[in-house]
Amino acid sequence: METDRLIEGLTVDLRPVSARQAPVWLGGAALIGGGVALAAVILSLGLRPDLSIAMAGQMFWVKAGYGVVLAVAGFWCAERLSRPVASSRAGWWLGGAAFAILALSALANLMGAPAEARMGAWLGGSWQQCPLYILALSIPTLGLSLAVMRGLAPTRLRLAGAAAGAFSGGVAATAYGLHCGETAPAFLATWYSLGVVLSAGLGALLGPFALRWR
Amino acid sequence: MVPEVEQRLAALMLRAQAGDGVAWREVLVVLNVRLKPYFRARMGGEQSSEVEDLVQETLMALHNRRMTYDTTQPFTAWAYAIARYKLIDFWRRRRVRRHVPLDDVADTLWVDADHQGEVNADLDRLLGDLPDRQEQLVRSVRIQGLSLAEAGDRLGISEGAAKVSFHRALKALMAKVRSHGDG
Repeated sequence: METDRLIEGLTVDLRPVSARQAPVWLGGAALIGGGVALAAVILSLGLRPDLSIAMAGQMFWVKAGYGVVLAVAGFWCAERLSRPVASSRAGWWLGGAAFAILALSALANLMGAPAEARMGAWLGGSWQQCPLYILALSIPTLGLSLAVMRGLAPTRLRLAGAAAGAFSGGVAATAYGLHCGETAPAFLATWYSLGVVLSAGLGALLGPFALRWR
Repeated sequence: MVPEVEQRLAALMLRAQAGDGVAWREVLVVLNVRLKPYFRARMGGEQSSEVEDLVQETLMALHNRRMTYDTTQPFTAWAYAIARYKLIDFWRRRRVRRHVPLDDVADTLWVDADHQGEVNADLDRLLGDLPDRQEQLVRSVRIQGLSLAEAGDRLGISEGAAKVSFHRALKALMAKVRSHGDG
């Protein structure tokens, strides 16, 4: 009887909802979180001094494109995993494919380089900072994504957390590319990817707690 | 669930998302009727008073999260995934509040649906040591979600006999899991 009353209460004056709420909220998380990351890059890390020259070159856009594709792949996964039974497989494939393509071209590039130059191309001048900066810059987007996803209906919390992390990592990598002056594909394939994997890991760690809804 | 029901509910759900309260009431009434036996079959007799609470919590969750349905998901699967989430949540809270070791086994078996690959091997090993009939019963009741009467029917035994056999199986599993835990 009490349940009947509950049903009555829930159905009078029913508010329309949109099935597009998940992508809209996650998009908002990326705009705000990405904005904060961009501000941090500009104000505290500093844009790369040769930005206008670099923008004429190809590698700048490969770098930006890689970040954007990872963000889109992560967005796809997070959006799907915000729903109880939707499959996120396509998103993981997209991210994996982007990594595979970059890794292969990095390998080809390293093979073509003289042996003594390979280590330098791979490690660049900032391999120690790059993954950690990406991880740090992903935190605003990650926090917002987890907050909005908690209001949706994720049921596989660790995986959904990882997706939110990968999404945020892609956003952060895109912003970080405006600071970082590295140009070798091997550097991108390794250290940018590692940064995104770290934030996916952080998301997976937080997911079961941060995404638990009642 | 038969396809016609699935189709009818999916259509009602879309109307409900657009703000049609009558359609939404119809959906909730149907789900209310189905959720009760669903939960009852999965909660031990001692928790039967909590079935109603869990049904209500689930209806609330379905209501508050109704924007997460979209047509890429089968409607019944969507609704049951939310019910299952609430049930797992119930077990989890329960385990924290009261150390009922039975919950551990039930939870492990139940979670299987979500993490098919990881758990299947363990589960097969664990269940494989049971006598055939007990294994069948545990699988039918805990994994496929049949009631004891239905599961008994399948094996050609009475509900009472199924109940006894099922409890023996859980006890044996418990003992195994515990001896495992102690190393």
